[in-house]
Amino acid sequence: MSIVKITNLTKNFGNFTALDGVNLEVNQGEIYGFIGPNGAGKTTTIRIMLGILKATGGEAKIFGKDAWKDAVEIHKRIAYVPGEVKLWPNLTGGEVIDLFVKLRASHKQNRREELIERFNLDPSKKCGTYSKGNRQKVALIAAFAADADLYVLDEPTSGLDPLMEKVFQECILEAKAEGKSVLLSSHILSEVEKLCDKVSIIRQGKIIESGSLEELRHLTRTSITIQTKEPIKNLNELKGIHDLEEKDDTIYFQVDTEELAHVMRYVSQFGVIKLESAPPTLEALFLRHYQREGEEV
Amino acid sequence: MLRQYTHTGVLARFILKKDRVKILIWLISLTVFTVLIGAMLPTLYSSAVERQIMAETMKNPAVTFMLGPGYGLDNYTDGAMMAHFMLAFTAIAVGIMSILLTTKNTREDEEEGRIEMIRSLPVGFLSPLAATFLIAVFTNIVLALAVGFGLYALGLESMDLAGSLLYGAAIGAIGICFAAITGLLAQLTTNARSTIGYSFAFLIIAYLIRGVGDIDNEILSLISPLGLILRTEVYVNNYWWPVFITVGISIVLFALALYLNSIRDLEAGFIPTRPGRKHASKLLLSPLGLALRLQKTVLIAWLVGMFVLGVSYGSILGDLEGFLDSSEMIRQMIPVAEGFTLTERFMVMLVIILSIIGTVPTLMYILKLWAEEKRGRTEQVFAGSVSRNRMIGSYTLIAIIAAPLIQLVSIMGFWSAASFVMEDKLPLYTLLKAGFVYLPAIWVMVGLAVLLIGFIPKLTGLTWLYLGYTFFVAYLGDMLQLPGWMSQLTPFGHIPQVPIEEINYIQIIILILIAAVLTVAGFIGYNRRDLIQGV
Ligand SMILES: Nc1ncnc2c1ncn2[C@@H]1O[C@H](COP(=O)(O)OP(=O)(O)OP(=O)(O)O)[C@@H](O)[C@H]1O
Ligand SMILES: [Mg+2]
Repeated sequence: MSIVKITNLTKNFGNFTALDGVNLEVNQGEIYGFIGPNGAGKTTTIRIMLGILKATGGEAKIFGKDAWKDAVEIHKRIAYVPGEVKLWPNLTGGEVIDLFVKLRASHKQNRREELIERFNLDPSKKCGTYSKGNRQKVALIAAFAADADLYVLDEPTSGLDPLMEKVFQECILEAKAEGKSVLLSSHILSEVEKLCDKVSIIRQGKIIESGSLEELRHLTRTSITIQTKEPIKNLNELKGIHDLEEKDDTIYFQVDTEELAHVMRYVSQFGVIKLESAPPTLEALFLRHYQREGEEV
Repeated sequence: MLRQYTHTGVLARFILKKDRVKILIWLISLTVFTVLIGAMLPTLYSSAVERQIMAETMKNPAVTFMLGPGYGLDNYTDGAMMAHFMLAFTAIAVGIMSILLTTKNTREDEEEGRIEMIRSLPVGFLSPLAATFLIAVFTNIVLALAVGFGLYALGLESMDLAGSLLYGAAIGAIGICFAAITGLLAQLTTNARSTIGYSFAFLIIAYLIRGVGDIDNEILSLISPLGLILRTEVYVNNYWWPVFITVGISIVLFALALYLNSIRDLEAGFIPTRPGRKHASKLLLSPLGLALRLQKTVLIAWLVGMFVLGVSYGSILGDLEGFLDSSEMIRQMIPVAEGFTLTERFMVMLVIILSIIGTVPTLMYILKLWAEEKRGRTEQVFAGSVSRNRMIGSYTLIAIIAAPLIQLVSIMGFWSAASFVMEDKLPLYTLLKAGFVYLPAIWVMVGLAVLLIGFIPKLTGLTWLYLGYTFFVAYLGDMLQLPGWMSQLTPFGHIPQVPIEEINYIQIIILILIAAVLTVAGFIGYNRRDLIQGV
């Protein structure tokens, strides 16, 4: 069942087009990664999903309802954490959490105390005296204390220390185990790789790639370091070979994952002495996509 | 449609909880202040004869400009006098309260990203604004009742229950009206500073239009909320219609603000932003340049504003001349200093008020440093190689230099209007001297602000309180027959009133020294203390 369904979404700010026909679908129980370079349109998409911005064109449906018109209904089942949490300087963290929990219809009993404990937050301090990470924790605790069906998280871990980052990941996985859905926008690729089932990459207001991590890995390249007894002939004429380099007797190159089997068969003819391969990483894929406009990497 | 207002009640209660201390302080001080003056006035002018003499001075156009039109002057009761003295003044104070409280919960919360958090919850998208309005209405109703019953409790014959409640209702209606105007301006502008700036500009213009209208043209006064509300003629005729019209207009403005809120994006306004320069001009590339650039608009706006204020003050001098010539009684009543005309006496009073109002922008220029620090923006400037002295010095320099500029502009406005309407022209030289002689007092105020920024920046708000007190004493001190030491408590009380008084240079030099000591001390403090982390 699709929890979020965004079709052909456009958003203009004046005559600047921030979103240009975005499509995105999050199904129930999925953790969905939403990544892209700065200014690509992630936050804009999320804010439209929350009914904070009004779409110029297209449709954003959440739980099958219109994100703008039915915002109140939708928000009862949503928990949101922005990347930059601003709070009232003269209220304590505890007070703010209570407010957020109260405004949302449903929340889990005792979850508040448990989360405060886990995130190691002092709820009696004024928000004005919190560090960035601690302000972030206030929003995270308020979000996870909610019995939400969809968690919308826009760079939620910016400013968290590695220990807290781990707690955050546990919370996400627990939510997933309960069948909740998550939309996670993040620049921390290892986090996305670890948590997400599916990923969409957005650039300049357009989705340029989306699919499951497996599918995306397919699009990446494996780095190969190889030494052979005989020199490999015509290697650069093979399909799917990139960035070929030779130093002393060692050859370095990258190969499209689809072509890997074929290339391996070919090089084995030349008597392999040493072979190292680095697995495809999301990072390599992202770097390639992020930079695509300029030079080919 | 009601969905757009989901949880307005919860948010309203939240605002009340969050701002309770601020709201209480406003309510208590406004009520106590009004009731105290109400108790004090009758003792100052206890006999009917004294009051009748006062009634005669009330016909003075300069007084009309300041306080509003006199009414019930044939039988000037305690109540009529009290309402005439205090209603306009209190209405302004209530207007300021509404502007500050409303901006805080609308544009400021939005600018700081707090509304975004609220809006992600199952809350109607108009709920934050609606809740702010609810609390503004609630606060002003409480104020109206407290002031109304407070005045009635004084038990004076002429201050009956009906009149007292109307007095309260009048200031409550003004408070509601300014909450609505601020709420509307918060939709149009994109940051809290502009919202406050435009709202105050509206307040001042409303005051000036009322002043000019009350002298020359009643219709003009009715355009201004402040002019309209004075038509209640509290304690004499007790007209309720101005209150109803004011509240009615406020409701329309509320609705308009809610409508605009519903059709705009979060954090957007209606005044479009233009793309700016790609590179900084050379002028910007220093702390001083940055400080100037950040305040450019405010700087220019206040120069224009002070000129207009000067013009409107100068323009009443013509009416004043005619009035003084026609009233034998006044001439006997006011002791004339040897060799000086009555006009000159009033001129002196207007110049001191201009100078005090002119202090507002200078304080704003210096306090901007603290505002920047609070928001965590100075940190990055210090991260470049900028010394503490250079930073605070830049802002201080702007404030110190702005003072004579502002005096020059307002005096020029005053003089040009005055020479247009008067037969006996005032010499420009005398006027400039009368204006510039207040510079040391303004600099002491700046020095005080620097001192606070240097040591206890959280208390910089005290400078506004102090300036408010100064204004009050200068504005109403004579009429309330306040003791001399009350005006001596402010630097403005130590400035000779040129041309009536001789300039005492020693006094002037002492004031300048005090200003210098305060400033230097502030610099020392600023060099030593921690910078506050932005929130
Ligand atoms: N209110 C606005 N007015 C004009 N342009 C805007 C506005 N809000 C966003 N934009 C522009 O829309 C584009 C998308 O911005 P958005 O905040 O969605 O990016 P993002 O993908 O979240 O980036 P980041 O990774 O830096 O958070 C940017 O070019 C931004 O400048
Ligand atoms: Mg973003």
